[in-house]
Amino acid sequence: MIDVHHLRYAWPGTGHDCLAIDQLVVPAGASLFLHGPSGGGKSTLLGLLAGVLLPREGSVSLLGTPWSSLSGARRDGFRADHVGYVFQQFNLLPFLSVLDNVVLPCRFSASRRARACEDKGSAQAAAEELLREVNLERGLWMRPAARLSVGQQQRVAAARALIGRPEVVIADEPTSALDEPLRNAFMDLLLTECRVAGSALVFVSHDERLATRFDRRLSLADLNHAAAPAEPA
Amino acid sequence: MNSLLAIAWRSAWNRRSTLALVVLSVALSTLLLLGFERIRTDVRENFSQSVSGTDLIVGARTGAVQLMLYAVFRVGGATNNVRMDSLQAIARHRAVDWMVPLSLGDSHHGFPVLATTPAYFTRFLYRDRQPLALARGHFFDGTLDHLYDAVIGAEVAHALGYQLGQHITLSHGSGAIPGAEHADKPFTVVGILERTGTPVDRTVHISLQAMEAIHLDWAAGVPLPGMKIAPEQARNFDLEPKQVTAALLGLKSRAAVFAVQRAVNDYNGEALMAVLPGVALDELWDVVGVGERALLGMSAMVAFVSLAGLVAVVLAGLNERRRELAVLRAVGAAPRHVLLMLATEGTLVTLAGVGLGIVATVLAIVAVGPWLQAHYGIGLTLSAPTVEQWSLVAAVIVAGVLASLVPGWRAYRLSLADGLSPRT
Repeated sequence: MIDVHHLRYAWPGTGHDCLAIDQLVVPAGASLFLHGPSGGGKSTLLGLLAGVLLPREGSVSLLGTPWSSLSGARRDGFRADHVGYVFQQFNLLPFLSVLDNVVLPCRFSASRRARACEDKGSAQAAAEELLREVNLERGLWMRPAARLSVGQQQRVAAARALIGRPEVVIADEPTSALDEPLRNAFMDLLLTECRVAGSALVFVSHDERLATRFDRRLSLADLNHAAAPAEPA
Repeated sequence: MNSLLAIAWRSAWNRRSTLALVVLSVALSTLLLLGFERIRTDVRENFSQSVSGTDLIVGARTGAVQLMLYAVFRVGGATNNVRMDSLQAIARHRAVDWMVPLSLGDSHHGFPVLATTPAYFTRFLYRDRQPLALARGHFFDGTLDHLYDAVIGAEVAHALGYQLGQHITLSHGSGAIPGAEHADKPFTVVGILERTGTPVDRTVHISLQAMEAIHLDWAAGVPLPGMKIAPEQARNFDLEPKQVTAALLGLKSRAAVFAVQRAVNDYNGEALMAVLPGVALDELWDVVGVGERALLGMSAMVAFVSLAGLVAVVLAGLNERRRELAVLRAVGAAPRHVLLMLATEGTLVTLAGVGLGIVATVLAIVAVGPWLQAHYGIGLTLSAPTVEQWSLVAAVIVAGVLASLVPGWRAYRLSLADGLSPRT
């Protein structure tokens, strides 16, 4: 599913590599927990996995297609088709309703819209189904996203990342804004939904306590051979 | 793509108060530009139509602009007078319909005095062949019974606070020499003219005979010592003028204008010249029209400043929108979508502003036009936009679209550099 081979990455202008990973493979439907301290290059790695950044050397492939083989516009399309993404926070467009936020990826990706329609009849129905599964009360669905609590917003973000069953879901510290009980509930929900959708999950966090639920855990520090500090100042 | 525009619309609606301010500022600059341009063209129009319906202006041989200056604008003086019999000879030309002699030289509190015949009030036209109209009273009739009647322009009445029946005395010349007053022969205001926006507003009109009468006991610009002719006695003298300053000519057919002009210029008895008012006014405008260009330059600056404001507002809002752009990127929007979104928004905001500005301009002309006409004599017309106005509108739109591309381009760069996690 995800295949990283001999990756070298340097932030433009820094002159030295901040990421050097020889091999990383995530099989279809697997869940990978990546942990590392803040500023350890986690977001950079996710950017490379999602094809937003391109490696200086080596390759990152998704579904057997190296990101570097695609043009900028094709990368955007490919990402929309195959990758769901969850941020730390501020995942939603505040001026759209909850339901519209969940449907959003289907507006940009024909293949995800097609899959959502295939599964549930329409993108709208698929979004409603997902919102039910993440336990968001129906009364909130038509509200502007800005009026939801942080915990509710993250559940909506998970539903959005999963609509149209993308092959890969990437989550960048999605629980850091949540307190303990909410965090556990969210983790359960994300893992379950990814399993149901058959999506591989790459989850990045500095909080190692979350790792137990995953198929595989990796420390970025072990993975990364680059000696220099990873994040640009 | 439709869904992208729908999202752009929702996003814009979410920031509607800020955008409304931008629309307002674009509308204001459109209003200023179009308003200035309207005033500019109309002032020029008013100027070039200070006199209409007159085919030729005849005076002693001098420059065309100078003749216009004193005959129409009452500025400066004539170097030579025209003999009345010369004018009468010209008036007998078969192409000439009418002739109105003008005699200038005296003043009243700085306002020029024009002596003429009653025909002046019907023959002199301005703007679109509009005749002079009375606000109050009546025109003088030119008879000896009403020798000392005066008809004053709107500006004279307004500035000096004159009503009908007011007694006024005229000063000899420009009034610069103290004591050179025609105090012994006071005039009565019998008519006040409507405002025209032409030099007529600043003029005191009397009859040619009255002009003769007040100068009976004068010679070479000073009162003759020991000679006093009472106002009543003056009626007994021959008051037909021997010479005047200039004359307005109307022709039976405009086609003959060059033939008559040549006849006047070649007149044997005296060195005369005839000018076409339209041509001479255009020449004169070239001299005084510098202010017009300054006005246009100023409105261009106003437009530039408000478009710079548009860019500033959008750029300032951009940082807050980086999150929004990152989310859009994460769900599959490409940087070009982001660029398109911002450019569309900027274009629509500009168009809305320009549209509002045009509506505001029309309303302003309708609302303020009569007031301007009454107080300053500037007749604003609600006519179809001129070519200049269309190009100004086009320039504002083009500049607005370009200005909205600046933030769009920056957002494009930011969303490329930020990737999916904005470093804010």
